[in-house]
Amino acid sequence: MDFELNDDERALQDGLRAFLQGRFPIDVVRSIEDAGGSPSRAQWAALAEVGVFSLRQDGFGCTDAVLAFEELGRALVPGPIVATHLAADATRIVGIVEPSQPVTMVEHLSMLDALIVLRDEGLFAVSPSSVLGTTVERPLDALTPVTAVFELPDGEQIAGPEVAQTWRLDGMVLTAAMQLGLCLASIELAREYAMQREQFGRPIGSFQAIKHLLADMLTRAEVARAAVYAAGVTFDGRADRTDEQQAARTAKIMAGDAALFCAKTCIQIHGGMGFTWEVDAQRYWKRACVLDTHFGNSDHHASAFADALSTGGHTNGHL
Amino acid sequence: MDLQLTDAERSFRDDLRAWLAGVIPGLVGEPHRNDWPARREYDTAWQRTLFEAGYAGINWPCEFGGRGATPTEHLIFLEETEHARAPYVGHNFVGLLHAGPTLIAEASAEQKAFHLPAILRGDHIWCQGFSEPGAGSDLASLSCRAMRDGDDYVITGQKIWTSFGHTADYCEMLVRTDPDVPKHRGITWLIVPMGLAGMDVRPLRTMEGSTEFCEVFFDEVRVPVANRVGAENDGWRVAMVTLSFERGTAFVSEMLQSMELARDLAALAKRITRNGVSAWDDAGLRRDIGRACAELDALWALTKRNISQAQRTGLVGPGGNVFKLAYAELRQRLGDLAMHVLDRASLSIDDIGELPTHAHVKGRIHALSLGIAAGTSQVQRNIVAERILGLPKDR
Repeated sequence: MDFELNDDERALQDGLRAFLQGRFPIDVVRSIEDAGGSPSRAQWAALAEVGVFSLRQDGFGCTDAVLAFEELGRALVPGPIVATHLAADATRIVGIVEPSQPVTMVEHLSMLDALIVLRDEGLFAVSPSSVLGTTVERPLDALTPVTAVFELPDGEQIAGPEVAQTWRLDGMVLTAAMQLGLCLASIELAREYAMQREQFGRPIGSFQAIKHLLADMLTRAEVARAAVYAAGVTFDGRADRTDEQQAARTAKIMAGDAALFCAKTCIQIHGGMGFTWEVDAQRYWKRACVLDTHFGNSDHHASAFADALSTGGHTNGHL
Repeated sequence: MDLQLTDAERSFRDDLRAWLAGVIPGLVGEPHRNDWPARREYDTAWQRTLFEAGYAGINWPCEFGGRGATPTEHLIFLEETEHARAPYVGHNFVGLLHAGPTLIAEASAEQKAFHLPAILRGDHIWCQGFSEPGAGSDLASLSCRAMRDGDDYVITGQKIWTSFGHTADYCEMLVRTDPDVPKHRGITWLIVPMGLAGMDVRPLRTMEGSTEFCEVFFDEVRVPVANRVGAENDGWRVAMVTLSFERGTAFVSEMLQSMELARDLAALAKRITRNGVSAWDDAGLRRDIGRACAELDALWALTKRNISQAQRTGLVGPGGNVFKLAYAELRQRLGDLAMHVLDRASLSIDDIGELPTHAHVKGRIHALSLGIAAGTSQVQRNIVAERILGLPKDR
């Protein structure tokens, strides 16, 4: 047993982080807001070229994908990157939506080449141009433009329930990895501010009230990290435990709750500045809200976890 | 990253499992919880059994009589003994996990030769005299005084939270040998035999009603200078050495018990009805239990990260503080859920009929100590903020 990153895993993560710092620094991400909130074709092509969408066709495993998506979440990269990764399609921009009532919110519709509707019965392809809806004028997350759709076309079935379930589980874990990245970005931003901002003649980070908030952020993030990495390793068959659903649920619950907590606390630590558009804390919080709704929110999975416990589906612990 | 056991780890586990299966059925029943002499007997008999089978001092280096197990093997040992419902470390706790490792790192050859084998065999029980009424979180401000008089130190003062103080043979003790220097630099680490003239051990009753802790009063107690470990006034450093022995395994048994408690809680909620409705029909309760169980899984994964880090670097690092903070909070939450489920059945600490009240109510009370013992959650947060995140020390 060695539940620490090995050299290859570290190299992959460091490499992607360096790429994102060069190609998607935060000011570039902010500028995407002015362009409507979806990345450009050229930016998308750069992500494709570095292998974000084809990772697992290129011989990498779920653990590697988790490490990559942690970095993508940390860098706040917008767009349907989990969906396109799941579609394993480097040539087209693919979105996913799960239908809901009374309205289905489709993300990044105007940039999509393909839209896949995820239902329990399977995957259904819908032509993005056939989706009629109202573009939301003020999306919660300016980097996640949404279209409100009241009548989603049924589409053409392209896969059955088993594939749909695989997509859902993979989607949960990769989204959890992005949520972990959001935690880490929030901690870094809040920490920097707490060191530099002075009140009462000293850095606010010297006050226990602020220290304890930051300690709680780190605690939630590290617990989430363990859950997210454990899910990756479980999916790759390198754990003695084999319950992928339980591992995915744990990751999504822990990382989802942690991302919301860390981003919210990052705003709090910034005081008045945290409530401004300028400071990125609001971007992290809004993205955390968006990602919580992907592939089932943490409340949903907490209930599902309990139901599985009661039917003997999940068992805690043991190697 | 890899969560699978290696072949060597698997064979260590299989041997241990087979040995436990042979030895556990022959054990006598556990004595009454407040019969301390009988409990000492019970705990030390188990330690002797472990010793004879080569499992004593599982994580101690081989050259000092231990098994030299890796952190992962230590994890397996704790897991298997817990699953087999083997006796806990109990009275041997301080000797095996605290005083022993300190002696290994800092004691003289003579001190080691005398004390280490006795700890491993279960012959000597140790207790700890660190905390004082005036020195809790600020341990280094301790004031129990030791004055040099010829070949003796003469100790006057008071210690508190001394587990097994009334049944122990030796006490690892921090005393103030120089009150005129900065607080960390005037402390000395001593081996103090229990029962010396001038010592008074008084049981301290906790909110659980049990008396495993004691207060120990010292009135001019004479201890030979030869019992000192490390140099005079270097005791703070000596005491901190023990921390470097931690390999992320401290809460493994607790975690396994917590998981069992959580499973029981779900089963219990289905049996308890109020106004004709099962407690389990409460969607809010189910969600809270589901969340708590998911967090237990996450903390189990964090335990393995910490152990893996210890295996690689020899140190647990920040994960240890993070784990304790999260675990204390989670156990309180689980305990609150149990009290809600039990409702008025929670008014008994003992089992009522078929209801497993004891485990849940005692567990709820125990959870209150987790945010206090071995560094309060507030101190842990300071450590995380200052040592991991690098925030300024100034408060």
